[in-house]
Amino acid sequence: MCLAIPGKIVELLDDRNQYAMIDVSGVRRKVNISLIQHEGVKVNDWVLIHVGFAMNKISEKQALEQLQLLQEIGEDKEAMAEIKGYQFD
Amino acid sequence: MRFIDEFRNPELIKKTLEEIERIIEPDDHFRIMEACGGHTYSIFHFGLQELLPKNIEFIHGPGCPVCVLPPGRVDEGLEIASKNSDVIFTAFGDVMRVPGKKGSPLNHKAMGTDVRMIYSPLDALDIAIKNPDKKVILFAIGFETTAPSTAITVLRAKELNVDNFFVYSNHVKIVPVLKSILDQPNMRIDGFIGPGHASVIIGAHPYEIIAKDYNKPVVISGFEPLDILQSILMLIKQLKNGEAKVEIQYKRVVMEEGNVSALEIIDQVFEDRPAFEWRGLGAIQNSALKLRPEFAKWDAEVQFNVQKITIEENKDAQCGDVLKGMLKPNQCKLFGKVCTPDNPVGALMVSSEGACATYYNHLYSTMNY
Repeated sequence: MCLAIPGKIVELLDDRNQYAMIDVSGVRRKVNISLIQHEGVKVNDWVLIHVGFAMNKISEKQALEQLQLLQEIGEDKEAMAEIKGYQFD
Repeated sequence: MRFIDEFRNPELIKKTLEEIERIIEPDDHFRIMEACGGHTYSIFHFGLQELLPKNIEFIHGPGCPVCVLPPGRVDEGLEIASKNSDVIFTAFGDVMRVPGKKGSPLNHKAMGTDVRMIYSPLDALDIAIKNPDKKVILFAIGFETTAPSTAITVLRAKELNVDNFFVYSNHVKIVPVLKSILDQPNMRIDGFIGPGHASVIIGAHPYEIIAKDYNKPVVISGFEPLDILQSILMLIKQLKNGEAKVEIQYKRVVMEEGNVSALEIIDQVFEDRPAFEWRGLGAIQNSALKLRPEFAKWDAEVQFNVQKITIEENKDAQCGDVLKGMLKPNQCKLFGKVCTPDNPVGALMVSSEGACATYYNHLYSTMNY
């Protein structure tokens, strides 16, 4: 099943860092974080969860960049349309 | 919800759609395969097929791990549980209503077989630990997305010396099946929306063969409306420029190299089956995973005498053709008449990632079939 949801790490649960408590919209669940240990996991990190396991961290930077990219679609055209409208030559 | 709502922003959706419309020309007809059942679901759930220009046609892919199993496979796992009263059959929710020879797992449960739904492979291990006098079979399904989780569960079973936990592996691989579809005669696909979550594990490299050998662009996509629309925009730009590259749209979780740790763990526990039977596509080489010999102790196929079960399918059922993208679900003779979510003929009508279920649940009121 491809279903995976974002959740925030609120607590690291054991020394060997295999389990963490995550929060998904206020609901707390234990998830296994073995698959992302190599990336270094901290409280407040956002992760993608699938069948009780964190698959990867979610990059806030990439998310913002992507949204920014989409925001910029058409902005250059809007700017050109604006300038072309100036009649005061 | 964070990382979801932002990707449903109506303004940005409108902008992206306008950009797609700006680039598309009247004579364009792009056949794009969304590999993953989750993408099929999103496209219809958010009505994207209505919002997009008709020049874009979606060919629904085989990315539904329970739909692609040959009929009989679920029965093989159930058989062990129904013949042995000390065996508990566990599987994800999707498997529970898949019709089999003598009914679905839920039907079997009603008839007395110990069948339990789980959300995680770890739940199955937990059941084994809590029921030492029983044997627990995990009917493990999923593409590379889920294989690492099964692998870690097996390693945990080994670490804790649990000897009553067994995996019946039905893990499959996405790139071999996409190649197999491209190899079908009369199959025209212009580009792919690549699976988002399987790619979190495998990264972008395995798709290079589709770009290089088949000259088709692949854009690995997230599941929110904005993700899918941005991916379509990226695909169309490539197609207009005559390019065929693998790109990642879902950059917030998919990395080029995938999850290196997860790939190592899959490799540690699993090996390729020489061939595996896929519904509608026949046998595909190196397309599925089984436990390595050193984990034989937890391998249900080794520890139980699993008889291969072949089921005669309803000859009017066209599950295979829908899975291959040759037919749309509503073009199947049985769709909506004999085959409905309440009375499914095949897994495509019951799985949350099945194309038929998606069509039935989202288009029912507007379709004539």
